Amino acid sequence: MIRIDSVTKRYPDGTVAVDRLSLEIPDRSITVLVGPSGCGKTTTLRMINRMVEPSEGTILLDGADIQQQPVNTLRRSMGYVIQNAGLFQHRTILDNIATVPRLLGWGKEKSRARARELMERVGLDGSLAKRYPYQLSGGQQQRVGVARALAADPPVLLMDEPFSAVDPVVRKGLQDELLRIQDELGKTIVFVTHDIDEAVKLGTMVAVMRTGGHLAQFAPPAELLSHPADAFVEDFLGADRGIRRLSFFPSAGLRLQTAPIVAVDATAEQIAAHDTADAPYLLVTDPNGRPLGWSEPRDLTAGQIETGRLLPYGRPFMAGTDSLRAALDCAVLSPTGWAVAVDAEGRATGVVSQQAIGEAIRGAHAERRTDDTAQKVAP
Amino acid sequence: MNVLNYIGAFFDDSAHWQGYDGIPTRFAEHLQYTLTALGIAAAVGLPIGLLTGHTGRGGNALAMIATAARALPSFGLMVLLFILLGLGMTPVMVPLVVLAIPPILVTTYEAMRSVDPAPVDAARGMGMAETQILFRVELPMALPLILSGLRSAAIQIVSTATIAAYVSFGGLGRYIIDGLYQRDYEKVVGGATLVAGLALATLAVFWLLGRLAVSPGVRRRV
Repeated sequence: MIRIDSVTKRYPDGTVAVDRLSLEIPDRSITVLVGPSGCGKTTTLRMINRMVEPSEGTILLDGADIQQQPVNTLRRSMGYVIQNAGLFQHRTILDNIATVPRLLGWGKEKSRARARELMERVGLDGSLAKRYPYQLSGGQQQRVGVARALAADPPVLLMDEPFSAVDPVVRKGLQDELLRIQDELGKTIVFVTHDIDEAVKLGTMVAVMRTGGHLAQFAPPAELLSHPADAFVEDFLGADRGIRRLSFFPSAGLRLQTAPIVAVDATAEQIAAHDTADAPYLLVTDPNGRPLGWSEPRDLTAGQIETGRLLPYGRPFMAGTDSLRAALDCAVLSPTGWAVAVDAEGRATGVVSQQAIGEAIRGAHAERRTDDTAQKVAP
Repeated sequence: MNVLNYIGAFFDDSAHWQGYDGIPTRFAEHLQYTLTALGIAAAVGLPIGLLTGHTGRGGNALAMIATAARALPSFGLMVLLFILLGLGMTPVMVPLVVLAIPPILVTTYEAMRSVDPAPVDAARGMGMAETQILFRVELPMALPLILSGLRSAAIQIVSTATIAAYVSFGGLGRYIIDGLYQRDYEKVVGGATLVAGLALATLAVFWLLGRLAVSPGVRRRV
């Protein structure tokens, strides 16, 4: 465990970057430091590997003061990932990744074998091994950055805004990849970002920091969204924190209706039978069960359903695996106000109305409140 | 007679290819002056440039010294030292070294300063020692620029080393100065052509050095 104990960083000109910060970073989980620029989050991170030395206070790594260790030994025991990756332009991808093992005195072959293993681990094609950094895209470079940090299998990983310089699509891919790697490796990760969405998505615990190097709140993301400690945190979370909080509610509890679903080759009787369903629209699927679009029942004629005239169904959500936020998003995007649930193969498994989603949300909130009360009662 | 005829006549004369005043001897002397001066200048300029560039300190002082050194007239300096010290290699070497240090020093400093700070930060964060950062990260990335500084220094020495002949030393300048005294323009032009040829050869050597020493990952960027 990394324990930051009333640490202050004061620069010679009097600026205080971090002010009496105390934080316990749990093992084998992702702790995100988030806040506006100038809140001291990067300074805090850099004090953990002594890139910045604290003016006051101590940082303990597994109970030992990090000041007592030779600085380069300490740094080699922690992976370090920075914005734009910071790859060595003069070295191949393989040699970039092998940097820390080589520093630790591993042989060339062993280091390279390890580097190859890591390329696979972070989702890089082996054919890139002999390339140079400039030949890679920003996202690929950042993967190399992560692989390089993991090369010597350090227990701790420090990541300083690693994904903020890539476009949103690539960033989402990198975030998902990080969560997958973390599932496999279980590192103690300290992750700095200014993006609250990234913090909420990745963090097991989120530390919100405020300008002047103060800790505003330290909590799991769901709690942060439901109970912001003060007006600053609430403001920083943004206007739609209620919606974002829905990311933490599973869609598994939604009551899906299958009645308003007809196949494109349905007979007149089948259409008539489904019309009795308690829904103003019917979802038409292809013969394999994949959704095609919505239609009012009276516009459907057996054998002559024109798929081109159907109303679009927006983006379906994965029943069970996606959150209530995804389900609500589907319902809002759909012109009919109904969300379509699909299984892993993309087959429609049911439909659900905005109203039903609303009820599920209320139900989930009520359940959380009971949980909260229970937690408070517990010693 | 035009210049090309002079050149042809100079190189066709078999007398110019042998003896203590032959082309091979003069060429070897010129090369020796150049390499010695370049070696000394690099031995002074490179370490200072690398160190100041790595730490980022002393840049202003460096620029001032370099400007002052550039303002010194090589020929005047040589004559002055010749008068003070008498016949010897020092009056020749000092102006050449003084001439070569500024481009090496300033370019090396600038090359080190212009290295992308991100990989350097990453290197430090991964636990590289300062000397490792300097030699394994900064130097390889700064190398193309550093080589260009050495190259301009070398070219300047090659052309300026001709003045050695003025204080009775050898080198390719011999032909130019003797030719002028003897009104032997064939010799003057021949000597000048050899100097120009050596300068071009220097360019070629540095090009080759760049191909061999600079990583393909860095070469593309210059």
